[in-house]
Amino acid sequence: MDLGSIFFYKYRRFIKTLQIYVLLSGPGLIVMLADNDAGGITTYTVTGAKFGYGLIWFLLLLLPVAYVVQEMTVRLGAVTKRGHAEAIFDAFGSFWGWFSFLDLALVNWLTLITEFIGMTAALMIFHIPPVVTVTIVSVIMMLMVLQGRYWTWEKIALLFAALNLIYIPAAFMVHPSVGEVLSVGLIPHFPGGFNATLFFFLMANIGTTIAPWMIFFQQSAVVDKGMKEKDIPWGQMDTLIGSAFTVIIAIFLVVVTGTVLYGSEVESAAQAASILITTNPWLGTFIAIGLFDAGFLGAICISLASSWAFGEVFGWAHSLNLKIREAPWFYACYFFALISAGAVVLIPNAPLVLITLFVQVIAVTLLPAALVFLILLLNNEEIMGKYRNSQLQNVAAIVIVIAIIVLSTLYGITTLFPELLS
Amino acid sequence: MINIEQVLGDRIGSVIRGWIDKIDGINRKYAVPRIEMSRGVKIALLFLRVYLLFLVLLLGFKFYTLLQ
Repeated sequence: MDLGSIFFYKYRRFIKTLQIYVLLSGPGLIVMLADNDAGGITTYTVTGAKFGYGLIWFLLLLLPVAYVVQEMTVRLGAVTKRGHAEAIFDAFGSFWGWFSFLDLALVNWLTLITEFIGMTAALMIFHIPPVVTVTIVSVIMMLMVLQGRYWTWEKIALLFAALNLIYIPAAFMVHPSVGEVLSVGLIPHFPGGFNATLFFFLMANIGTTIAPWMIFFQQSAVVDKGMKEKDIPWGQMDTLIGSAFTVIIAIFLVVVTGTVLYGSEVESAAQAASILITTNPWLGTFIAIGLFDAGFLGAICISLASSWAFGEVFGWAHSLNLKIREAPWFYACYFFALISAGAVVLIPNAPLVLITLFVQVIAVTLLPAALVFLILLLNNEEIMGKYRNSQLQNVAAIVIVIAIIVLSTLYGITTLFPELLS
Repeated sequence: MINIEQVLGDRIGSVIRGWIDKIDGINRKYAVPRIEMSRGVKIALLFLRVYLLFLVLLLGFKFYTLLQ
């Protein structure tokens, strides 16, 4: 075979691989990009403003953390063809099933409110009233699911996910010193020494990397997409690429705020955007658009995670491939979650700060259980067969899960008792 | 035994009765855990129960301190 033929063969193979990936990608990319939701974007914004580039190395550590946990949901979904809520009921009985399901429904609904808070705050910067934001967002999100095809929903969601990349050009706009980013950011150290504030931010960054809804969402999405055992390597690649993107976006956002807001007292991404829009309108606009998109992406995934879980537990038809008349309860849950969460944000003097803090505490009650169940299920030969966790996967998963449980619990406790850190 | 239909009226009562039956059906369907209760599984579930109890006590304590 001549060189031209070899090149052509390799080119065709690459194109074919790319085509298969585009066809099978989705759940991993979407869940990981939605991981940078409104709360996540706020955490990264404040981390950059507080510690500059100093914690970029820590963000890099979150890549394997996110991948190891979410990859397990791909295998579990593809092998069992069941969502996480149903899998817990089936494997551990109704007590743990109801506990996980009700806790998930509550924490998802509260998180959905925080996504609406992020979206309304972002668009307030452009003088768009919250009622308009909530209405338009709810209508778009309803239209996204009404076309009756999972594939179409997924590709629309991927378009919104791509908007998350806006922080990359934003980082180039602030002209950071690449040498400084690399030298300060990549060498593990604790800027200002290991103290209570730094510890709180480390916990917050871990807490925003793995949330309970992500586990339930990706497993249900894998099932709804119809992925089979043979698709697992593609799902794993999808999750790995998604994990890389989520960390890259977080790092670029930290670079932005670490460059232009380092040392400022910033408490949220919306506040950062408001400050920047007066000095650098484009940059402020980018931060605001990114925050809105993050909230939107989080909202579509969280409301779907709840609807899938309701469908799985109550035995209702639950697929985006079904029309409203074929799965009325599934869509009713989706619409109810959206409308009620949006309405809460519009209530005058609603305790939104309290809700935001409450989310962190309630999430802590569900996350350890969801993670422990994940590991137990992935180790069950009867359920997983040859796709059960290997010894290496177990070591990685157990170490990561213990770290997440300890840090997220401490995060929840310090949210309840902030005086412990002072 | 209380008749829900008599207390709440036929329409609301039958809806609630339907839900109760549904939940009862789910409980019966998943009454026996499928996973084998090996020592590792038992320890993990015990840990989760203790952990949840700890969190509930913590939330209760927070509520108590708020009332003080």
